[in-house]
Amino acid sequence: MASAIELTGITKRFPGVVANDDIHLEVAEGEIHAICGENGAGKSTLMKILYGMQPPDSGTIRIQGDEVELHSPAQAIELGIGMVHQHFMLADQLTVLENVILGAEPMRSLGRIDFQAGREHLDEVGRAYGLDINADDLVETLEVGERQRVEIIKVLYRGAKILILDEPTAVLVPQEVDELFRNIRELKASGATILFIDHKLDEVLEIADTITVLRQGRTVGTVKPDEVTAHDLAEMMIGSELPVPDAGASTVTEEVALELSGLRVAGEGDRAVVDDVTLSVHRGEIVGIAGVEGNGQAELVNAIIGIQDPDQGVITLLGRDITHVSVRHRREMGLGYVPQDRHRDGLLLGFTLWENAALGHQTEKPYSRGPWLSRLGMRGRANRIKEDFDVRTPHIEVSAHALSGGNQQKLIVGREMVADPAVLIANHPTRGIDVGAQAAVWDDIREARSRGLATLLVSADLDELIGLSDTIVVMLRGRLVARLDPNDITPRDLGAYMTGAALEAERTGGSS
Amino acid sequence: MTERLTHRLMLASAAPIAAVVIAVVLSSIVLLISGSNPLAAYADMLQHASKLETQVDILNRATPLYLSGVAAAIGFRMNLFNIGVEGQYLLAFIVAAHLGAQVELPSVLHVAFILVIAMAVGGAFSGAAGVLKVTRGVNEVISTIMLNAVVISGLAAWWIVEWQAGGEISATGGRVGTEPIAESGLLPDINSWLEVFTREIGLGKKLTGMMVVALVVGVVYHVILNRTVFGFDLRSSGANPTASHVGGVSPKRMVVIAMTLSGMVAGLVGMTELMDTGYYPSNPISLLGFTGIAVALLGRNHPAGVAVAALIFGFLDVSSGILQISGAASREIVEIMKGVIILTAVIAYEVVRRIREREEAAAAAAAMATSPAATP
Repeated sequence: MASAIELTGITKRFPGVVANDDIHLEVAEGEIHAICGENGAGKSTLMKILYGMQPPDSGTIRIQGDEVELHSPAQAIELGIGMVHQHFMLADQLTVLENVILGAEPMRSLGRIDFQAGREHLDEVGRAYGLDINADDLVETLEVGERQRVEIIKVLYRGAKILILDEPTAVLVPQEVDELFRNIRELKASGATILFIDHKLDEVLEIADTITVLRQGRTVGTVKPDEVTAHDLAEMMIGSELPVPDAGASTVTEEVALELSGLRVAGEGDRAVVDDVTLSVHRGEIVGIAGVEGNGQAELVNAIIGIQDPDQGVITLLGRDITHVSVRHRREMGLGYVPQDRHRDGLLLGFTLWENAALGHQTEKPYSRGPWLSRLGMRGRANRIKEDFDVRTPHIEVSAHALSGGNQQKLIVGREMVADPAVLIANHPTRGIDVGAQAAVWDDIREARSRGLATLLVSADLDELIGLSDTIVVMLRGRLVARLDPNDITPRDLGAYMTGAALEAERTGGSS
Repeated sequence: MTERLTHRLMLASAAPIAAVVIAVVLSSIVLLISGSNPLAAYADMLQHASKLETQVDILNRATPLYLSGVAAAIGFRMNLFNIGVEGQYLLAFIVAAHLGAQVELPSVLHVAFILVIAMAVGGAFSGAAGVLKVTRGVNEVISTIMLNAVVISGLAAWWIVEWQAGGEISATGGRVGTEPIAESGLLPDINSWLEVFTREIGLGKKLTGMMVVALVVGVVYHVILNRTVFGFDLRSSGANPTASHVGGVSPKRMVVIAMTLSGMVAGLVGMTELMDTGYYPSNPISLLGFTGIAVALLGRNHPAGVAVAALIFGFLDVSSGILQISGAASREIVEIMKGVIILTAVIAYEVVRRIREREEAAAAAAAMATSPAATP
């Protein structure tokens, strides 16, 4: 039987860089094939070529054995290739059905849309692939995982037999990932071929039948998940020894830098989303906050940095009450922040790197003097950040959107670090960046810790939490429910605390 | 470095030039279809504009358009659409005309008094829309449109009756308006400044002193926006309010400030006419506020770009007057040209933005690949 996809010798050059260099890829009919690689390894370019968005400079593409030349996504769809983008392309104000048929509407006479036919086809697709969704729900009311399902259905509705999923788990919480994987397995059982792009290795090992690793635009190798460990894969991806988060010797001091006492933040309907949180972070200490997303971590962080007002409790920074102090004043007092969503909260994408290097610190020297900006100071700092934090960019005049995710993150971390903060709030500091950049960020945080930085680390990466933290607290339904020593806890145990299972066990164990 | 700079400058100027060229081509087609000779029409316009007196008219027209364009641009920089410049300048115009006529002050103070009143009225009226937005969530487009109606068919219509001057107020007679302001409250013309470089200006044309005020506004706008912490706050908050908020800039505060500043500049738009005639007439020059939005759009909210755009619009408005006399074409052709310039400018700017983005991404990707790919 011919392979579903066969790519031979694919090469794609951009000015000054070879994005894909003689890539070979063979995807068998009906398998789940994962493509792994660091950011910038050429995964996205390869998928764009396969989806007809960019023509390759050389090489051949065979679909079901036939050599094809792809010039547009429409042509790829015709050949049965569908792509689910990382960022959803849905109209919020339309229903699921309307979104699915958008651009492929079944028509009746006089240019009327045949919603009945659309609904029948949608139900058919849903049944055939075991995807459950209510056609009449408004998209804006859907959870992230459900929106993704709509995207997948959209592609299947157009008759795709080969699905490209571009980092589908990046936007999902763990439970939703499980749901997605269940869906993917059903798709496979129904005869679809799935090409899955990811760099979370444990996920890849769990779901894939075959794994191809790319590095710097080349195919490094194709392996089966039962032949390799996550460690092996990571080494294939970065081509060298793997960095691990390791806190090293403790540098915790007696001096309290950040203190929260009895903090309460009200959410909708006066329900407490952060409930009576009391916590202190010492100089030289990293306190990790573990928890399933949506248990109040975001609101806790917002209250500390000052964009959400707590309705009870006190926040103290270096001994001064900052509970109702402005964000700017907190920043000037030495509060650093690495946000979870760098595009939304961390960068001005259309602005130059040197302007981005000043964001959040524009009132401080050397970025400004009194009311006047200092371009010299801004550029000088930006160049220092570029050098010291290894931000890969031709120069600091490019705008922030030109950088890869990992480099954007290094810029943000560098910006906060050169300001020499007393307290750093690191909110998922390595989310969505590759192994190399991740190691760099870990190094930076560790290094600052040894100089006395107090860090509050919020993360969903349990290895990161255990590896970096001096203390781990678990947040569940707005409360701090456990305080753990990272030296004697495994990710599995920590996971049990996060879902409340361990507490449940303790309670029943204690009462019996 | 310099090569990069030249490249950037070329990209930046390519868009507006392309817009004007395409507008000329499209307008020519329209003229041909309507049976006129485009070359004759353009020749008439250019020849008319080559006269010194026409140039004075163009500058007098461009001055309020520039102020109006800057007012709109301040809003755009904060991602606000202040569509209320029209109402703001008419309200500031009538209030400043009325109050300016009530006082007697030494010359410099009198002029300053009138200008400050105009800015205060414009700023307060526009700031109100900002306050509505941050406290009540009212979209500024809706509120400023409504406030336009409040001024144009409400306050101004009422006050022109209330404050109407008794008897004859102008030599031509017939026209009505507010009490005329004393000579001390009017900005003198600056003919002599221009005449240093040219011959004497004839036909009784007067180059408005407000041009100096407009230039000062342009420079202050540029300096504040690009060289101060406040300007950085404004630009960053406009570009990404959440990131800017996390960085210490309150988006609500910036909305109110930006709307107020926009309105203050808008308040000056009507001053070109007031400083010339000394009263608010029953039929003031209108629509300058709406045209200012187009001027800001064409000028990319950049202080110099807006100036060029204001001059282009001033040229089109003024020099088209000759078409009525020469009969080479209908003067409404310039309205078509204005529309096409705006449309093509928007498209051309977007194209240039994409080219620049792609170039930068490629350059950054090249920097990523610092180590040569290892051979497997």
